This record gives sequence, C-alpha cells and structure tokens, in this order.
Amino acid sequence: MMTRDDAQQGGQPRSTPLREVHERLGASMTDFAGWLMPLRYGSETAEHRAVRGAAGLFDLSHMGEIAVTGAGAADALDYALTGQPSALAPGRARYTMICAPDGGILDDLIVYRLADTEFMVVANAANTAVVLAELAERAGGHDAQVQDQTSDWALVAIQGPHASRILAPLTSIPLDGVRYYASQPAVVAGRPVLLARTGYTGEDGFELFTGPADAEPVWLALTAAGGADGLRPAGLAARDTLRLEAGMPLYGNELTAKLTPFEAGLGRVVAFSKPGDFVGRVALAERAEAGPVQVLAGLTIGSRRVARRGHPVLWDGGAAGTVTSGAPSPTLGVPIAMAYLDPAVARQAETDAGGPLAVDIRGTAEPARLVSLPFYHRPR
Amino acid sequence: MTIPAELHYTAEHEWVSVDGTTASVGITDYAQRALGDVVFVSVPAAGTRVTAGEPCGEVESTKSVSDIYSPVTGEVTEVNGDVDDDPGLVNSDPYGAGWLMRVQLDEDEGEPSGLLTADEYAELTAEQED
Repeated sequence: MMTRDDAQQGGQPRSTPLREVHERLGASMTDFAGWLMPLRYGSETAEHRAVRGAAGLFDLSHMGEIAVTGAGAADALDYALTGQPSALAPGRARYTMICAPDGGILDDLIVYRLADTEFMVVANAANTAVVLAELAERAGGHDAQVQDQTSDWALVAIQGPHASRILAPLTSIPLDGVRYYASQPAVVAGRPVLLARTGYTGEDGFELFTGPADAEPVWLALTAAGGADGLRPAGLAARDTLRLEAGMPLYGNELTAKLTPFEAGLGRVVAFSKPGDFVGRVALAERAEAGPVQVLAGLTIGSRRVARRGHPVLWDGGAAGTVTSGAPSPTLGVPIAMAYLDPAVARQAETDAGGPLAVDIRGTAEPARLVSLPFYHRPR
Repeated sequence: MTIPAELHYTAEHEWVSVDGTTASVGITDYAQRALGDVVFVSVPAAGTRVTAGEPCGEVESTKSVSDIYSPVTGEVTEVNGDVDDDPGLVNSDPYGAGWLMRVQLDEDEGEPSGLLTADEYAELTAEQED
C-alpha cells in the first residue's frame, strides 16, 4: 500500500518552509529538482570555508522522506534495497542504494531504523517519485506500508567542527551519546525533532528532521546560538564543493542507472550475504565477479582552469574516460574532479604518478594527477 | 546592481572605458553576480591583437566558466596582474580594481561601434532578470 504526496502546483517549483528566511538573508535562489532552493547567500567559497572551519546551516527540506512500516517492513527493505536494513538496530542508519533488476542505480539513500517495524528512507529530491513507486511495488508481497512523508518533514542540517558545541545547549539529549549514523528523537529549541548524526560534507554534523512549522524556529535558534562560533547559512553551491572534496558521489553525476555500485567503488553497499533474494542480486553478482566496467577516480588539475562534468580524460593523448564532477577546491587550492576511467588506464595511472594523464578542458589538454579519494579528511 | 553611467557595455556583459586611443575592459557587476566567486581569469597577453566581438579569454568561477568577448579591436597593452593574484577583485570591484585588460585601439577604427550605453545595458539586464 502506498500513499502519495502531490503538493506541487503545476509547473512552479515547490517552496520549503524556510523560503522566507532565505529571502530575508538575500539568498540567490535556484530551481533544483522542482524545489526553490538557496544556491548561495553571498560568497559560496566563504560558506564552504565556514563549514570546514566553524559550521554551516543548510536547508535540505527538498530531500524525500518515505516511511516504510509494518511487521514486514524490514524484510521488504532487504528485498527492495542493496543493503540489509533488517540488520540495523533501532536508532541506527545506513547509506545504501536502490537498484534496477539489471543492477543500475536508481538512487542512493540513507535508511534510518526508527523502531523495530518503522523505517525512514531518505531519497534525493530528483528521485523521490521513482523511489516511492519502486518501494511500493517491491513491498507488495510483504506486510508493509509505504508512505511518502516528504511534505510532513523539513530538514535543517548543521555541519562543521563547531556543530556539536552550537547545537548542544539547545538540545534535550547529550550529543556525545549520538554516534555517527545514529538517530534519536530529541527536542531542539523547544521543538520535537528526529536528530541524526549524518551529513554530506565530510565534517561532523547533525541533520534535524522537523515538522514544517518548526523549521524556522529551529533555524533561527541555531542562527542566534551559533553566530559567536562562526555559524553561517550555506547553500547548494557550497554543499556541492564540500561533498566533492569529501569524495562523496552525487546522483546524476557519479551514480546513474547505467552504472552499478561497483563502478563507483561502493560495492560495500551490496550485502550479498543477506538471506533471501533482492532486486538486482543476479546482475550485481555478475558485475562483482567480472569487475567494474569503469573505475571512479579522483583527479587534481595542474592548472588553474577547472575540469567540469563531461570533459574528456586523456592518457597519453588518447581517450581514457570522462569527468563526472569538477570544481575549484577551496581547501586544496587547486581544481579537483571525479572521473570515470577505463580500468586499465586507472591501473597504469595508479602505478605511474607522473604519467601522461590530462583533462581536455575546452580544447586544451591540462595535466592531471590521480589522487586517492577522499580529497579531504577531516582532522580527528 | 551597479551600471556606471560613464562606461559603455556589450550584450555579453563586458564594460569598456575609452580614454583617447586606449580602452580599458572588464566584466560588469551583473556578470560577476551571475558567475559567483571568480577563481581564475584568462586574458590575452600584452602584444596580442583582439577583435571586437571575438572571444579573447575566459572567466572561471566556482560553478561555471564564461568566455570574455573583446568589445574593441586593437592590441592588448596591459593586463591586470592583481586579478591574477586575487581573482576575487572581479567580484568585489568589477569596474575598478577588477579591470582585466587595456587595449590600444587601431588608428583607423575610430570610435568603437556597437557598444551599449548605460541605459541600454540597464534595459537589457532588466529584461534578462525577468
């Protein structure tokens, strides 16, 4: 059984509950996957640096939240997804994927187990409808309900080394007790939230799932509490450069329906050992055996010109792959990129650090170096 | 958004200031806002010829890269080394410290043609914002 959420007014992007806050802050807004979102508030580089050095505050209310509940929910998700949500203890979460029968990636997800028979699947905004439809269909043979709760949730994220110290005084539970990829109900600034220690920046941080009416009070309370510690609002532009530095894939760039988790170097999300069948098992097992058809690699560029999605990667002047994401890296001070490479070239480039690797940036071959992902590790 | 009245403009969002036979060129406030944080500017080296309407360089920002089109025809005499060290000058002071190149206009070309006045550029950008 599935219930569907159709709040979109014909053609116009949807607003989040924080739209007026963004407008007051002078944000440049953009239509992202049908949602009106803040791209940046001022300088996206300053916002990126704030997250690395202090903390950033993000509106992520465009993400999809799908509730999967019932006695058969765990089994339904084990069948529907590549991972094994049934193995999660209540209060734990896991990064996973949903694949097509041919092994192609339909979305990357975080699944939160809220209780024995209650799960929340968080999907990318652009894929929420597809994920909802697939989960509903795949749950068909199980005692499970699938419900789109996207309109019932807003999502405010605070990310950065100061996130914990800023959030702690406003929160009803001790944050030290919340492990990475754990979630708990809590009260923040007097409002009930689902508090999760998850994020997409490579920093420590928290994602706060709130009711729509509570998003603004929570945002404002964090803003007031965090100013002295360097908290700044951060938009989607900074979110993209932060995740890129952290080596995290973006659906539509590094993850597509034409690729399996193995090409992205994320074979760990496929739990072949779980009992029972799951969608894509056979195709994924074949790919695991045969090896990936392309290999995801990190590159730094040896010029100031920036490699961007779609730029060809060259080895000794010959075609060797394609850039999937690229941007100037504020932390590294050079342009960085992720690219899919021919596996043979990836092996050669790994053993030959000074080898003839280049990216064709608008007609000029700029030298590149293969580097291990992630580009950035947060200091521990 | 600033559009100094004394400058001239192109539809590709460059500004030009002509002093005798020397033109100074940069990109407009509209352009720098659209681009976001500028990380690198490439303009032709001193001694290179440029032709009005032809691409002659690029401005690289966090999210994108844009071509720079020369508004005038002549020879580049000077490029702004400060922008090379601090590309953010293009964002913070696009008409002043963020100037990009100076061009010696060809003698027989006369006044550069096809340029927009500040009012015309204001109209153009107002339309584009809608």
